[in-house]
Amino acid sequence: MGSSHSMPEEIQELADKTGFTLEQIEHLHRRFKQISGDQPTLRKESFDRIPDLEFNPIRSKIVRAFFDKRNLRQAPDGLADEINFEDFLTIMSYFRPIEMNMDEEQLDHFRKEKLKFLFHMYDSDNDGKITLQEYRKVVEELLSRNPHLEKESARSIADGAMMEAASICVGQMVGPLWVV
Amino acid sequence: MQAKGSRAPSLRALPFLFIVAALLGLLPLLHSHGLQPNPMLASEPPHHYPAVISGSEPGDFTAAPHDVSQEIRPLPNRTSPGHVKYRKAFPVLGIDYTHVRIPFEISLWILLACLMKLGFHVIPSVSNIVPESCLLIVVGLLVGGLIKGVGESPPILKSDIFFLFLLPPIILDAGYFLPLRQFTENLGTILIFAVVGTLWNAFFLGGLMYAVCQISGTGLSHIGLLANLLFGSIISAVDPVAVLAVFEEIHINELLHILVFGESLLNDAVTVVLYHLFEEFANFEQVTVTDIILGFLSFFVVSLGGVFVGVIYGVIAAFTSRFTSHIRVIEPLFVFLYSYMAYLSAELFHLSGIMALIASGVVMRPYVEANISHKSHTTIKYFLKMWSSVSETLIFIFLGVSTVAGQHYWNWTFIISTLIFCLIARVLGVLGLTWFINKFRIVKLTPKDQFIIAYGGLRGAIAFSLGYLLDYEHFGMRDMFLTAIITVIFFTVFVQGMTIRPLVDLLAVKKKQETKRSINEEIHTQFLDHLLTGIEDICGHYGHHHWKDKLNRFNKKYVKKCLIAGERSKEPQLIAFYHKMEMKQAIELVESGGLGKIPSAISTVSMQNINPKALPVKRILPALSKNKEEEIRKILRNNLQKTRQRINNYLTVPAHKLDSPTMSRARIGSDPLAYEPKSDSGNLPIITIDPASPQSPESVDLVNEELKGTSCLPPSPEEDEEGLVMHVMEPSSPGTDNVFTPGASDSPSNQRMMRCLSDPGPQPEPEEGEPFIPKGK
Repeated sequence: MGSSHSMPEEIQELADKTGFTLEQIEHLHRRFKQISGDQPTLRKESFDRIPDLEFNPIRSKIVRAFFDKRNLRQAPDGLADEINFEDFLTIMSYFRPIEMNMDEEQLDHFRKEKLKFLFHMYDSDNDGKITLQEYRKVVEELLSRNPHLEKESARSIADGAMMEAASICVGQMVGPLWVV
Repeated sequence: MQAKGSRAPSLRALPFLFIVAALLGLLPLLHSHGLQPNPMLASEPPHHYPAVISGSEPGDFTAAPHDVSQEIRPLPNRTSPGHVKYRKAFPVLGIDYTHVRIPFEISLWILLACLMKLGFHVIPSVSNIVPESCLLIVVGLLVGGLIKGVGESPPILKSDIFFLFLLPPIILDAGYFLPLRQFTENLGTILIFAVVGTLWNAFFLGGLMYAVCQISGTGLSHIGLLANLLFGSIISAVDPVAVLAVFEEIHINELLHILVFGESLLNDAVTVVLYHLFEEFANFEQVTVTDIILGFLSFFVVSLGGVFVGVIYGVIAAFTSRFTSHIRVIEPLFVFLYSYMAYLSAELFHLSGIMALIASGVVMRPYVEANISHKSHTTIKYFLKMWSSVSETLIFIFLGVSTVAGQHYWNWTFIISTLIFCLIARVLGVLGLTWFINKFRIVKLTPKDQFIIAYGGLRGAIAFSLGYLLDYEHFGMRDMFLTAIITVIFFTVFVQGMTIRPLVDLLAVKKKQETKRSINEEIHTQFLDHLLTGIEDICGHYGHHHWKDKLNRFNKKYVKKCLIAGERSKEPQLIAFYHKMEMKQAIELVESGGLGKIPSAISTVSMQNINPKALPVKRILPALSKNKEEEIRKILRNNLQKTRQRINNYLTVPAHKLDSPTMSRARIGSDPLAYEPKSDSGNLPIITIDPASPQSPESVDLVNEELKGTSCLPPSPEEDEEGLVMHVMEPSSPGTDNVFTPGASDSPSNQRMMRCLSDPGPQPEPEEGEPFIPKGK
């Protein structure tokens, strides 16, 4: 699967694995080719081709999330250098809406996966915990489009938020607890 | 214990309420008698004065002075010319009711409405079962019956008064405080329910009623199709007043609330168009295709035109508020006036006034709130709530009175079939539309939701007023229509309004979460917004988030610069939110007295982290290492100091002890007298104090002096054993009924706090007259 047209069986395999419909996979495949410039894999630099992404304050986190091995379900930590179409679809599958025909267990699993994706975005050093420093970085990035602001404001917001969270559960935000 | 306490005030309240009701009943008597001078009274004026005082023959209030003067003037002519001219004694005490009649009656009605509201809350047992709207209608019925029983004709809710004076405050209140996020997220659903749903209701009902009328033997065959369609369009619109009144009490979850409420607001355009359409058409012999197309077009004109007018006035209001930094007192007035003008301008052109009002409120709010002072914000909020509350009460009372007053024509077939078809139409409409909408929604609507939406389709006073506007000339069956409308209103408000609360509990529908908006939530929401926008960009899909993001960027780049004064135009939303939250926490702290118990999350954490032994903290995770605890402590101390500095600013504002009359006078009066003490050298935080009385400048010096004298030290470690206790340091201003305790500067914790406060802040704190949220630190 790369620049060549995939066989229908392979597409079906992908559809079963990621849960997308055939039209959606076709559309995403076209987009993948557009971003990668007809290459079989995407690199971090490929995302520079998307002009709208420039305005996004958390751009670096989003791009990084695509290469995070935890999201790609390949390894417990680390970053991949490049991803292929299947990996691209895997990441995209996190954003599928909830289907009406899911049962409780599937629903629960689905929701947990989404939350884990978000958690991995906050947790930049891959240690399974969100520390105050990492949270500060998140807030700083959110406010990064306002260059005239001092770092002080971002820090106190993050601190206030951490205090609030801490008042509910003492300590750092650890993965499973946060999901709960 | 509770029951006894509640019974006593209610017993006291009841006779008082009846007296007021009786007084009201007598008013029309005064009116009618005052107009025609009673010839019979000419012979017995002296007897009437004592009668007047006892109130038994009040009709002669206005008659007596007339007749006395009439009588006395002829007398000098009749007596012999040689007599001394008889001069009327100077009236030390006179009565002239006609002079104040109209404002007097209006005030008395409003007073009755407010007393009723008061009475209901004093009697809690009834208000738990019956929603307030029902009780008010019953009161209206009673008062109407009372007035009629005395022999007078009770006043009917005239459409002019309703549409021009009673409806706008409610809609403005709803529009200004509309939860915009939920509204825009569900806008598609709301629009479909409002437009398609109302159209379906109107045509289904109108068509079926026409069929019923055609059935021979009912005596209704003279009602044409168009008249029936007109009736259908009047009765099919869900009423925002009734929905608000009932839904507010059941605290249902936000999604359902915004769906039903949004629908009731947006269907105004449809109702206006259909009403005017059928009213015009009812005079024509036949309807051509051009007419239908024009009608279709007019729908877009009415709704979009209304929104356009609202947006224009909203932008003008926002722009005006940019310059009001020197005259803070009239800021709220701009908000009210511009919104009302938007409503009236829309009504002027037969556009949808409700949509104009909502649009102007929504557009002006973010910019106005960034520009106005905190006090103006509070004023706007409370005035809107007050007016809308009184309006709502008056509307329901008048509905009851009008029922008694109006002429009715009861026709069993027509009215019962109207009722049944209304319900059926609503249920079918909701079911059908939800099936269609769920294909496009991410969060689908469950059958439970659908039931609540269908059940929440209440009709109210708008339908009645529209029916009242019909004239007899073209619509001879107007009385029957009115009766049918009132029956449907009563049914929906009483039956559906009363049963919706137990049904909500029975079906275990999700209720509104009463949690405060936390800073964490805000951060996550913003993060998710950006994330989803980013993913949409990567997919190349121009969806909801993409356009919202574009709008936000446009807003930030161009619009905010024009409409927001000064530094605030560049403030990002997160920071503004954070400041607002800090302010709220500071005010809470002050209002709760501040002694010992600190409600905010910050203090809870500080108490937990710094003093782990005192409170039974449930340790879910292993204890923190010493270093991490120290780090957290340092952070908390730093941030708490900043919060304290801001709190100190707020302490000087008499925002607490709300019940002291002196202080409320001071609060209202303090704006025009904004006193700004000279700023000291940059080392000390400047404390500005509103003059509660002329002597207050002394207290300013008092506080500053104390601060100058102390040195700055961080709180010592041994103090941490007690946890952090904040004593509210209130400046003593004489003439305030000893509301403020004189500065208890002797207690050790107070000294420590003052020491902390004298810590040089980063910059001088903002003055009192500053905008609602203080400018950046």
